[in-house]
Amino acid sequence: MAEQQSADADVARINEEISDAIAHEPSEQYLTFFIDNEEYGVDILSVQEIRGWEPATEIPNSPAYLKGVINLRGAIVPITDLRLRFGIEQFEYSPVTVVIVVKVKSGNSEKIMGIVVDAVSDVSNFSTADIHPAPELTFNKNTAFVKGLGSSEDKMVILLDINKLLTAPDDVDLSEVGRAKLG
Amino acid sequence: MSIDLSQFHQVFFEESYEGLDVMESALLNLQPDNVDSETINEIFRAAHSIKGGSGTFGFNDVASFTHVVETLLDEIRSGSRQITLEIVDLFLKSVDCIRRMIQQHDAGEPCEIPEAAEIQQTFEAILSKGQASDTSEVDPSDALSESGESDSSASSGWKIYFKPELDVMRTGNDPLRMFRELESLGPLTVTADISQLPPINSIDPEACYLAWTLLLEADVDKSTVEEVFEWVVDESELTIEPLSSGDSADKVDSHDEQPDIAEQAPPEQQEQRVAPVSPASNSSPAVSPAASSKEPTKPSSVEPKDKSKVEVSSIRVGIDKVDDLINMVGELVITQSMLGELGLDFSMDSLPRLLEGIEQLSQNTRELQESVMRIRMLPISFTFSRFPRLVHDLSRSMGKKIELKMLGEQTELDKTVMERIGDPLVHLVRNSLDHGIETPEQRVKSGKPETGTITLNAFHQGGNIVIQIIDDGAGLNKTRILEKAKQNGLVADGDALADDQIHDLIFRPGFSTADQISDISGRGVGMDVVRRNINELNGSVEVESVEGEGSTFTIRLPLTLAILDGQLIRVGKHIYILPLISIVESIQSFQRMLHRVVGGCDLLRLRDEYVPIIRLSSIFNIKPDGNEMEDGLLVVVEGDNMKVAILIDDLEAQQQVVIKSLEENYKKVEGVSGATILGDGTVSLILDISGLIKLSGVQRYEYKTVSNGDDCAA
Repeated sequence: MAEQQSADADVARINEEISDAIAHEPSEQYLTFFIDNEEYGVDILSVQEIRGWEPATEIPNSPAYLKGVINLRGAIVPITDLRLRFGIEQFEYSPVTVVIVVKVKSGNSEKIMGIVVDAVSDVSNFSTADIHPAPELTFNKNTAFVKGLGSSEDKMVILLDINKLLTAPDDVDLSEVGRAKLG
Repeated sequence: MSIDLSQFHQVFFEESYEGLDVMESALLNLQPDNVDSETINEIFRAAHSIKGGSGTFGFNDVASFTHVVETLLDEIRSGSRQITLEIVDLFLKSVDCIRRMIQQHDAGEPCEIPEAAEIQQTFEAILSKGQASDTSEVDPSDALSESGESDSSASSGWKIYFKPELDVMRTGNDPLRMFRELESLGPLTVTADISQLPPINSIDPEACYLAWTLLLEADVDKSTVEEVFEWVVDESELTIEPLSSGDSADKVDSHDEQPDIAEQAPPEQQEQRVAPVSPASNSSPAVSPAASSKEPTKPSSVEPKDKSKVEVSSIRVGIDKVDDLINMVGELVITQSMLGELGLDFSMDSLPRLLEGIEQLSQNTRELQESVMRIRMLPISFTFSRFPRLVHDLSRSMGKKIELKMLGEQTELDKTVMERIGDPLVHLVRNSLDHGIETPEQRVKSGKPETGTITLNAFHQGGNIVIQIIDDGAGLNKTRILEKAKQNGLVADGDALADDQIHDLIFRPGFSTADQISDISGRGVGMDVVRRNINELNGSVEVESVEGEGSTFTIRLPLTLAILDGQLIRVGKHIYILPLISIVESIQSFQRMLHRVVGGCDLLRLRDEYVPIIRLSSIFNIKPDGNEMEDGLLVVVEGDNMKVAILIDDLEAQQQVVIKSLEENYKKVEGVSGATILGDGTVSLILDISGLIKLSGVQRYEYKTVSNGDDCAA
């Protein structure tokens, strides 16, 4: 129960920070989150809101990582489990499991999609100088989905290109995105 | 005045489209041997306001083209020219031409209509042959430039005082045109007398309250001047005097010389409904409003009917519908505050009041939903209005005599449905015309009246709209259809089909590819497309026919595409929605009705039919309650022109569901046409029958018996 409350408080706090970030000058701000103890980030301007996990309606014959669709104030929004999308084993959903609702540009239109992550972490600033290109190792074919590696004093975050990531065809294997840091 | 006129362009375009529709339908009603002067006036007014508007907004090509049309109309109106079928056809062509011009302006494209010049020449040729007076070719855009040009030292000319009666515009006369004609004779100075102008809120935009003093400085005969006023001389005060030296242009009051100022303020505020503004209100500067205040404002009964084109993406909504909506929202707010207050200080005692409030809330919501839906509803006359022309043109080109009757034109239908039903309807009407109605000779031979009848009928039935296309033609020729179907392999030899099954064959895709249309005396060209389009709207189409007596096509459509009557079904823990309209029946499955065919396809014996069974659980890859077929229910549905039985676990409630798009944020999912949100806030998928059939791999079931039905393999 206490865990749930603190998770809720976290969500509320981060939602506030998001609206702050949107209200102020566009900056190099990233919302960071964890999947399998690895920290990832997405451009905060593409984030619409963060929600707790709620059961979704399954879509028949869809890939396993697509958890289904939910009702977001009248809009039908698909939810992708990033853990499964990256080919990492299933993780039991808990009260801290969150859905990050993002706006994804697809052609001329904008789609609203949700991603399930293990937990949100923070809002971090990375200036252009802090972002290093992901090492283009021959074995990693997924660096196209990574914008770069954001580094600060204490951590290194994999910054995702969420547009490319969520509009990638189902059959693209993204299992190596999480290994972008290697090397 | 530096008003950006382009902001009014859209209004002008819409009004012009309406005007053109009015012209077209009036022209079609025109009987050359019995000309109704009101019809001519109606056409004239429409043409006139298009000309005026296009001149005002700088579409000079439209204005000059419409000018010749109007001139010829004026001659017909005044009786100086006989109307003939050729002239009616020419007018119809010119309506098309003007419409295309306006469409091109509307689309912002350069206006290039090759036949425009040709038609215009034809008009001019007719006009020059005629005895009429009005042949001046003044470009309307040059209008009003006259005032300042007068030369006060002119020596000869005429002073004209012209005070038309109030009704002058309604009789199709336009002072401006007369003035233009005068202007073509020489420099003209116009002074308007606006003393009779009534207060702005009692102005009738179609009345002419003005009188004019005109100074024409031209060396012409009095008769030439008189000729200009030939058509109005009986209904107006007119004096024509030689110009004396005192009558010079400097007397012209600078305020009065711009009659267009007065014209800029048509009393649109008076219009109660959001009806189209009377075309006359933006026609020409001379349509100056104003009148003796005693003159009561005439009801705008002479306005063309509200017939805007369907393609525009805006809707004109009657103010009554908006009022309803506002009332409803008011109710809702009251209920909400009542419930809010109840919540502040709630005890179990007030439970009945709470329940009452919730009941009220649900009623408000329902009414609100209905009202919102009504906003999108338009009378089907919007779609029907294109048919008189179609029938007129086609019957003439095919040498048939056809009368078109339209019933239930006021039946309302959602705009999106209306837009998409247009083409299938055209196809069906064309078919009735082409294949249904016989030639006059054939009709006489078979003892029918020479003129065939096609009836378009629309009415509401339950939550659906029904549109019927009824003809009294030859009907479907069953023998020929059956032969054709056997040739195409749609029907096996020796199959006995009921009449309606035979008639239904014309909707089969195989029939549209018939090598020769004339091969079938019945119908069938592209009928599969018609059925598909209608099915996509969640509707159905059927045909009934009696050989030699005619056919009736009946289309059933949901009133709206946004809401669907759904049957909730359950498979395992999943709830899906089937469109109620596609459900034929549901039955408990019994072993004896089930047949397993080599290849794995199960069939349900449903009376004298064999229906393939689709297991929702296996095509959606979900876990059902039980795996045995006898455990479940079979829902027999019709889609994509075939029947299938869907195996489900249970039937749940029926309810109206609001259709949401899955593609908006995700993508198209095979077997699913959309999603909706159920009462508990969860999302449920709406099943798409033809998609399910495709997914299941069941092939078209071709009326074959079980023994040779093994091509129905999964």
